[in-house]
Amino acid sequence: MLKELSLHILDIAENSVQAKAKKVIIKVEENLRNDRLNIQIIDNGKGMSPTTLAQATNPFYTSRTTRKVGLGIPFLKEAAEACNGSLKIESKEKIGTKIEVEFQLSHIDRMPLGDLEDTFLNLVIGYPEVHWKFHFKIDNNEFVFDDEPIKKILEDLPLSDPSVLAFLRKTIFSGIAEVKSNMKNN
Amino acid sequence: MNTIKSLDDLKKVREDALAKRKVKTTSGTSQVVVGMGTCGIAAGARETMKAVLKYVESENLQNILVTQTGCIGLCEQEPIMQVVLGEQPKVTYGKVTPEIAAKIMKEHVVGGKVVSQYVIPL
Repeated sequence: MLKELSLHILDIAENSVQAKAKKVIIKVEENLRNDRLNIQIIDNGKGMSPTTLAQATNPFYTSRTTRKVGLGIPFLKEAAEACNGSLKIESKEKIGTKIEVEFQLSHIDRMPLGDLEDTFLNLVIGYPEVHWKFHFKIDNNEFVFDDEPIKKILEDLPLSDPSVLAFLRKTIFSGIAEVKSNMKNN
Repeated sequence: MNTIKSLDDLKKVREDALAKRKVKTTSGTSQVVVGMGTCGIAAGARETMKAVLKYVESENLQNILVTQTGCIGLCEQEPIMQVVLGEQPKVTYGKVTPEIAAKIMKEHVVGGKVVSQYVIPL
C-alpha cells in the first residue's frame, strides 16, 4: 500500500494514460455527513474485455511486458476493504474504464488523502496530450479544474513554461485550499 | 474560484511568456522525463517530479519539456529521470531523490554536463 491516497490516484491515472485515454476525470469527494470518502477515475481509453476485467484485481495479472505483476489496483482494493470500503471497476472495450473506490472517512486505518495538489499538477504537466478534469468536493463545497479552457488560451505555449507552471500551481492549490477552508467555516 | 478572472490572468501570462521567449536565444529544447509507474510512485517519484518543476519555475527556465512515463522495467532503480538535451543521446539516471533531481537540473540540463555518479550502468 502506498502512503497516501493521492499516490494511489496518481497510480490509477497512469493506467488510464497507458490505455490511451484522451480524457480522464478524477473525482474526490469527502462526505462528512455519511462518513464516506469516494474517489472515481473515469477514462475514455481502450477499455477491458470481460476476461481482462475479471483479472484486473489479480496482483499477478498485468498487461505490461516489463514485469509480471500489476499491483496498483489490487493494492488500492486492499486499502479500501481494510477501511469498510470497496473498489468497483466498470469497463467496456473501445469506450473506457471507470474505477470507483470508497472508504469509511473516519476509519482509523484510512490513509490520508495527502498531496492531491501535486498529484493533479504532475498529471496535467506530465501528460499534456490528455484532457484532465479534477473535481474536489467536501460536502457541498466543490472545486473543479478543467485544463481544456486553459490549453485553449495557451495555444502553442507549452505547459512546462515556468510562468504557466506558476499559474497552474496557484490555480490548483488555491482552489483546493478554498474548499478546505470553507469546510472549516461551516 | 473566479474562473473568468483567472482565465483573463492567463491570457496576460501567455503574452508575457511569449515575449520572453522571443528575446531569449534559441538553444534547442531539453526534455526531462520522470518515471511514474507504481514502482516509481512507491519510491517517491512524485516528489522527484515536484523538485524538477520547482527548479524550472524558480530558475525561470524556458524551452524545457517535463513529462512522465510508466514503468520502464528497471524498478530497483526508481525514481528514474531521463534527460535529453537537443539532439544528444538520452541519459538515464537512477535513484533520483528530489535533491539529486535539483543537482541534475543544475549541472546537466542547464550546465550541459552529465552527472555520471547517478547514471544507471546499462
